[in-house]
Amino acid sequence: MKIRIAGTFALAFLVTMPSAFAQTLKAVKDRGSLSCGVSQGLPGFSSPDDKGVWTGLDVDVCRAIAAAVLDDPMKVKFVPLSAKDRFTALQSGELDVLSRNTTWTLSRDTSLGLNFTGVSYYDGQGFLVRRSLKVNSARDLGGASICVQTGTTNEQNVADYFKANNLKYEVIAFSTADETLKTYEAGRCDVFTSDVSQLYAQRLKLAAPNDHIVLPDVISKEPLGPVVRHGDDQWFDIVKWTLYAMINAEELGVTKANVDSMLKSPAPEIKRLLGVEGNLGEQLGLTKDWVVRIIRHVGNYGESFERNVGSGSPLAIDRGLNRLWNKGGIQYGPPIR
Amino acid sequence: MPGECRTPPLQLGHRLWRMTAGRAGGWGILAQLLLLLVVVWLGYEITSNAQANLKAQRIAAGLGFLNNTAGFGVSQSLIAYDESDTYLRVFAVGLLNTLLVSFIGCVLATIIGFMVGLGRLSPNWLVARLAGGYVELIRNLPLLFQILFWYLAVLGTLPGARGSISVFGVAFLNNRGVVVPRPVPLDGFAPFVVAIGLALAVTVAMKILARRRLYQTGKPLRVWPWALGLLVGLPAASAVLGGAPFSFEQPELRGFNFVGGTRLVPELIALVLALSTYTAAFIAEIVRAGIQAVPKGQIEAASALGLRRGAALRLIVVPQSLRVILPPLTNQYLNLTKNSSLAVAIGYPDLVSVFAGTTLSQTGQAIEIIAITMGVYLLISLATSAGMNLYNYYLFRNRSA
Repeated sequence: MKIRIAGTFALAFLVTMPSAFAQTLKAVKDRGSLSCGVSQGLPGFSSPDDKGVWTGLDVDVCRAIAAAVLDDPMKVKFVPLSAKDRFTALQSGELDVLSRNTTWTLSRDTSLGLNFTGVSYYDGQGFLVRRSLKVNSARDLGGASICVQTGTTNEQNVADYFKANNLKYEVIAFSTADETLKTYEAGRCDVFTSDVSQLYAQRLKLAAPNDHIVLPDVISKEPLGPVVRHGDDQWFDIVKWTLYAMINAEELGVTKANVDSMLKSPAPEIKRLLGVEGNLGEQLGLTKDWVVRIIRHVGNYGESFERNVGSGSPLAIDRGLNRLWNKGGIQYGPPIR
Repeated sequence: MPGECRTPPLQLGHRLWRMTAGRAGGWGILAQLLLLLVVVWLGYEITSNAQANLKAQRIAAGLGFLNNTAGFGVSQSLIAYDESDTYLRVFAVGLLNTLLVSFIGCVLATIIGFMVGLGRLSPNWLVARLAGGYVELIRNLPLLFQILFWYLAVLGTLPGARGSISVFGVAFLNNRGVVVPRPVPLDGFAPFVVAIGLALAVTVAMKILARRRLYQTGKPLRVWPWALGLLVGLPAASAVLGGAPFSFEQPELRGFNFVGGTRLVPELIALVLALSTYTAAFIAEIVRAGIQAVPKGQIEAASALGLRRGAALRLIVVPQSLRVILPPLTNQYLNLTKNSSLAVAIGYPDLVSVFAGTTLSQTGQAIEIIAITMGVYLLISLATSAGMNLYNYYLFRNRSA
């Protein structure tokens, strides 16, 4: 597509964006940094630490892409976005990749013009309520007021769930997660609903986290993963295989600590993964040592999980479904060969 | 007007030449044409660029998405709505909610604004200072902050549903809003409405007659005791003869919330309060300016004619100050309507929140939805200002500028 000149007379992003879809990889290299859409602060997934450095599972995906492409995990520009604005930012070309606990659904994959590159976290929607309400199950929530963030699958799931169970409810939708939580805490709502991982993360922000419990019911499937725009297959492949490389590295036991000694490993799978043998990285448009860069700078999937949301973090979320397929979970990286 | 003026010939061709060519003559026309070309080219570039971009991302363009099922709930709706309705219905729900807030906001802002504006001119030192303080405090704080203040700091601190503040056991106040009994029409409802209509019609007729008599004979006629009698008496008579017009459904605490009755959600209350008090501060200044713009001599002349202070205000000062007040007042109504889009911050389901927000992020039809939303605000604003201009025209049609 030709680059057209109308930028200064912007009506909307989409109307005027200079089209550079086909060459995201080149654009990232020329710019020297990756533009990555993240949340406005969700502990464990994407939030700035006390020094202002972004950390989290979603952040690590972007750092891994930057490591693979630019050999520097810090060369990422993070763009904090509300759930409502995230897709427009990606469609308009402001972002190279959106890694913001985004649920993979058919309509998003098609009519929004997006491609989901894989699943970095298998989640499901739950409910956070005050302990004092003495509610044990979501079925007891008939007539409740529910706070939800707008522009999420949560908003639709809650409508489905209450309709299916013939329960009445009142939904109050806010554009940012913080507003939603603040209003729930003020008592306007009986229930705060979101993906379970987010409930645990947001609960830490409440004044008295222990006065609130997450109900055991999980009412939906929420496969969360990185997203790119339609129209650039090469970039789609790079983002997809960056995630799979992290998962495969965990399966093969390649860690941040042992990656350099693993280069001498005689195992053919590890040789292929780390680019000692073959030119798989070059087929992607990257260098042979792309996985070495990812693991050296960021680590494998399991390391990132434990560090950000698992036992090594304040969230201490059980890995559950996110264990590897051969350890009782469903995380499964297609073979790198 | 003495004598007839002869209207000069239209000279259309000459005027058109002057308009397009200006002082530069033929070159002027060329410049105009070039400018037109540039504008057309820009328009073409923008549309074709947008189309190409959408095509590259395989995003469908057009308004077909409006007939798809929305699948999300809305907390307040003036028309029947549930999750299985279409995005078109969502649009209507959002639009009506925006109009509701704007309308109530404009009425309240006008009332508060006139009171504060008159208060600033009051000879009473305390009233004048209080009104002045109100204006300076409210108009100098950001509106978004005020909306959040009313929502979180005022309404948010009310007790929960189970600890509601009861107003004589009839209405209830809690952090879920205000719950009042809902009137349910009974058999006597139709005659009741007819009675009110009749009373109103007769009152208006009496008013017109009284005015005509005043102009013919110079004697004022008291209408209001009769009007009051009619407006109270006729409906009361209908209720006695035709049976009670409606009964009240009492709200009742069941489970988490009150069931039955009518509820004003706190989002609506906070938004209306913030918008009307904020805009009122500006209207107060406009009113003060308008009244001070009436020359002092007018009031002195009025009292020289023997008019009382109230009558002088009503008949001499206010009509003249309206000339100054109306145009900027229109601006304030337009501002209030546009500011109502800040509703999104407190989860009030207005047009921007449910249509340009949720619908946009679910369908991804950014260009269409933003264009529709902008068009709607433009239409509301143009309609408001057309209405105000019409009012202005009727007020001053008999006077030369």
